[in-house]
Amino acid sequence: MSGRIDVSKTYKLYVGGAFPRSESGRTYTPAGAPGVNVCRASRKDLRDAVVAARGAFGGWARRDAYNRGQILYRLAEMLETRKAALAAELVAGGSVADHAEALREVEATVDLCVWHAGLADKLNPLLGSQTDASGPFFVFSTVEPTGVIGVVAPERPALLGLCALLLPVLVSGNVAIALCSESSPLAGLALGEVCASSDVPAGVVALLSGHRAELLAELAKHRAIDGLLLAAGDAAADAEAARLAADSVKRVRRCTLSAAGYAEPAAVRRLDWVEPFVEVKTLWHPVSAR
Amino acid sequence: MSRSGFDVPPVDAVALETRAAELATRSIKRDAKRRGLELVIAMTDLTTLEGQDTPGKVRAMCRKARQPFAAAPPVAAVCVYPDLVAEAVGALRGTRVAVAAVATHFPSGRAPRALRLADVRHAVGEGATEIDMVIDRGAFLAGRDGEVFDDIRAVKEACGAAHLKVILETGELRTYDNVRRACRIAMLAGADFVKTSTGKVAPAATRPVVLLMLEAVRDFYLETGRRVGVKAAGGIREAKDALRYLVLVNETCGDGWLTPDAFRFGASSLLDDVLMQWRRLATGTYQRPEDFSRD
Amino acid sequence: MTDATDRSPAPRLSFGGAWSYDPAPEASDWVDRRDRRGLFIAGAFTAPAGGVWFDSLNPATGAPLAAVAQADASDVDRAVAAARAAAPGWRALPGEHRARYLFRIARLLQERARELAILESLDGGKPIRESRDVDLPLVAAHFFHHAGWADKLELAFPGRAVEPYGVVGQVIPWNFPLLMAAWKLAPALCCGNTVVLKPAETSSLTALALCEILQQAELPPGVVNVVTGDGRVGAALVRHPDVDKVAFTGSTEVGKEIQRAVAGTGKGLTLELGGKAAHLVFEDAALDSAVEGVVRGIFFNQGHVCCAGSRLLLQESIAEPFLAALRRRVERIRVGDPLDKNTDMGAIHSAAQLARIEELVADARAHGAEVWQPDCALPGDGNWFPPTVVTRLGHVDRLMREEVFGPVLAVATFRHPDEAVDKANDTAYGLSAGIWTDKGSRILDLAGRIRAGVVWNNTFNRFDPGAAFGGMRESGFGREGGRAGLSAYVRSAGGLAAP
Repeated sequence: MSGRIDVSKTYKLYVGGAFPRSESGRTYTPAGAPGVNVCRASRKDLRDAVVAARGAFGGWARRDAYNRGQILYRLAEMLETRKAALAAELVAGGSVADHAEALREVEATVDLCVWHAGLADKLNPLLGSQTDASGPFFVFSTVEPTGVIGVVAPERPALLGLCALLLPVLVSGNVAIALCSESSPLAGLALGEVCASSDVPAGVVALLSGHRAELLAELAKHRAIDGLLLAAGDAAADAEAARLAADSVKRVRRCTLSAAGYAEPAAVRRLDWVEPFVEVKTLWHPVSAR
Repeated sequence: MSRSGFDVPPVDAVALETRAAELATRSIKRDAKRRGLELVIAMTDLTTLEGQDTPGKVRAMCRKARQPFAAAPPVAAVCVYPDLVAEAVGALRGTRVAVAAVATHFPSGRAPRALRLADVRHAVGEGATEIDMVIDRGAFLAGRDGEVFDDIRAVKEACGAAHLKVILETGELRTYDNVRRACRIAMLAGADFVKTSTGKVAPAATRPVVLLMLEAVRDFYLETGRRVGVKAAGGIREAKDALRYLVLVNETCGDGWLTPDAFRFGASSLLDDVLMQWRRLATGTYQRPEDFSRD
Repeated sequence: MTDATDRSPAPRLSFGGAWSYDPAPEASDWVDRRDRRGLFIAGAFTAPAGGVWFDSLNPATGAPLAAVAQADASDVDRAVAAARAAAPGWRALPGEHRARYLFRIARLLQERARELAILESLDGGKPIRESRDVDLPLVAAHFFHHAGWADKLELAFPGRAVEPYGVVGQVIPWNFPLLMAAWKLAPALCCGNTVVLKPAETSSLTALALCEILQQAELPPGVVNVVTGDGRVGAALVRHPDVDKVAFTGSTEVGKEIQRAVAGTGKGLTLELGGKAAHLVFEDAALDSAVEGVVRGIFFNQGHVCCAGSRLLLQESIAEPFLAALRRRVERIRVGDPLDKNTDMGAIHSAAQLARIEELVADARAHGAEVWQPDCALPGDGNWFPPTVVTRLGHVDRLMREEVFGPVLAVATFRHPDEAVDKANDTAYGLSAGIWTDKGSRILDLAGRIRAGVVWNNTFNRFDPGAAFGGMRESGFGREGGRAGLSAYVRSAGGLAAP
């Protein structure tokens, strides 16, 4: 017998920078990790996350892009130092079969994070513009974040898939409420611990575990959520969510990558994944010295 | 920040120019055009301000001023240099046409105050009933608004009963904000008219500048009850153009300014084109310049 | 003597006594308003399958102008099939060739600009001064601008291969009938899509005249198809299974219906919906210029403008003098015959719209608001509403929250910049905003904090084909104009998909 008994971790939600249990008190044992209890977030937990997210939006959106980039880089640093632990959680969560593959997924996540860290202060140069307008006017278009985006992560890859959707949303200054992989939520929930230790302001990211079937409609309907990015792959559920989203004219997109597809760097390092969740704003001003 | 107590609201150049351009699209037809042209004639200060002016030239111009064409109304005034005032007064005796003199060492105004005031007194003494003075643009641009104000006050006093038109020389003030403030100074100092230009500096009158001056006199009237006139001078040569200025008056200040007492055109060649257009309306036939006097 | 002065009435201006303008009607007898042109499908005009026609009315007189076809579902099928058939060929054309067609269309529009402006004013009720000086120049400019993009798409989207959607269904409103058609058609065609366009029921005539121009330009048959009729036609078009992308401009209410209808189909969607723009005037603003801007903001096109500056927010310190100046200016607005060249404000587009405007103003009045209108004579026939300024409103009033789409300005005050931003953003919409202040740093800060897709600073209601236009929040998504507008008409492999 070994002389030491491991300390196991209780997986909780990540909302408003804190790690609450579900207000409902409910837990479930995910398919990928039948021995682990995780919180089964309620619609109320989701609504709490929306309140925290809206509170965080202004500050995150108006932060210097350079600073947002630094925070995303810090996130990469923290991921890098926790590589082994996250890989172990991917395996323990039943998302990945062996440790080496899990490590590759975490490394790809780190790399993706660095790519986005460097993108943060390039969005206006790339997506904004100046217009050669007729008449004595200086006209330019800037981009700014849409607001609170609901993200539904793919079942697999549980960490890389979640981050591949979160990062293009966060990089422009949006805040996100993410539903982690339902069957393998452990690594996704552990991302909260990384966020909490990497200067990501409280409320900018919320990570929920639970039953998608229960939460998706609330995410789609909530009028204080401005956009939806869906990658769970259930066409009928996504269609219903998109229908519900119309009541507040949400921006809705689906990611149709296969689980294997996320591993290809070019597939997830895309400026056009950022575009649906930024708003182009055009400013006009007259030009005259008189 | 106040430079001198002559605070005025800022002006947005593009908005002002846009409004002036919009009003320039007004389509003035038939009766409105005939009445408009007659108003233009009655509002004209027929002007000659040349080094080569002679008594003969002024006499001929005065003849035209009394009745430029059969059945046409007389113009408002003739405008001459001080040394020709007596000639004009003689030629216009017994008519309603006023004699205006440019004074204060027109057009630059660059002479000591005493000399400029003497210039004014001399013109008034010769019989001028209207004095067109120039402001000290140097003082204005150097920020000495108080000095500009005092100057105008002194000239107004020297005018006695004569009406005072204050030439801002807007082409030298350059910005609309300057024009607005110069208007304010002139109105507070007692100007009876504010006038755009000497005609010696380009640009002279422009529609945006005149619109702005109309807004200034309108606001001053609403504030004080005193109606100050506006004179658009320099560069207005076509009847069509004059009607556009009249539209500005009509839609900015209204009836109270649609009279020679409150709006004037300072021009030398405008009258000929106005007469041509006016005859065309009366006869239905397009005219040629040589059917009208060139005086 | 002092007493007499004190008792003298406040100085007042008077207008119209000394000089008034004669009518200056634009001659319209030469404009062909061809009765029963029909639907435009596969390059030819064709009668509607159901044989149903309805009259398009002149809003200024109520008189019928021309009979317009009421399409049914089978007509929509035919139009979509024609667009589908034309799609491979159009998309395969070199961009340079598509550009040639668009340049041709731009030139033809310039040649026939006056005719189209007159038709627009007849059918829509807007003053000829606006259709002539604003709508038509912008229509031609829009085609010209996008013509130049057609062979430069790889420059617009570096690093990714873009492709057209295929068949685009476009539904446009009645407030700028031809301009909205141009905004929709030019970028769609430039990117290689084919189109079925549905004009508004009450304003189809210029879109049909445009079809003649497309024929003159020898645009390949089926690349643009136009189906006319009521809302059922638009509903059938956006729901049609063979439409790949839907673009809609109109009310937020209908926009939501469309978003629901296309959910789950994978169709691309862009929505340009309603607005309730805040127009902020600070105490340091250029006052006369701001008055002009406010007038332009709300009374342009009778206020039938989604981006109209319909909420005037005044810094409280200047509210009274500003309103006095505004009222003086509004009294000078010439309301009347849309074809008179001196008319500033024309007819309300339809009886239904007039009823909506009247209802909202009556509601404000019932809740204690002060409704001011100038003393202006309105023509007897047709649909008319005077320019209206409503004060003593709160942000709970419907007039402050709902889009009126008419010449009605709702006024409130603010105390400082932060409150101005709060009030500006106190709306479900986010299409446009206006800011008047002489302080540059304040403009750049406020423009950044106001949630609106277009912010006009010290100006208002300016448009350019290169300038992105579109809304945030419930004013819709997607942009029209410029590079941002192009991206609404292309997709690329591996991009995020429409739901």
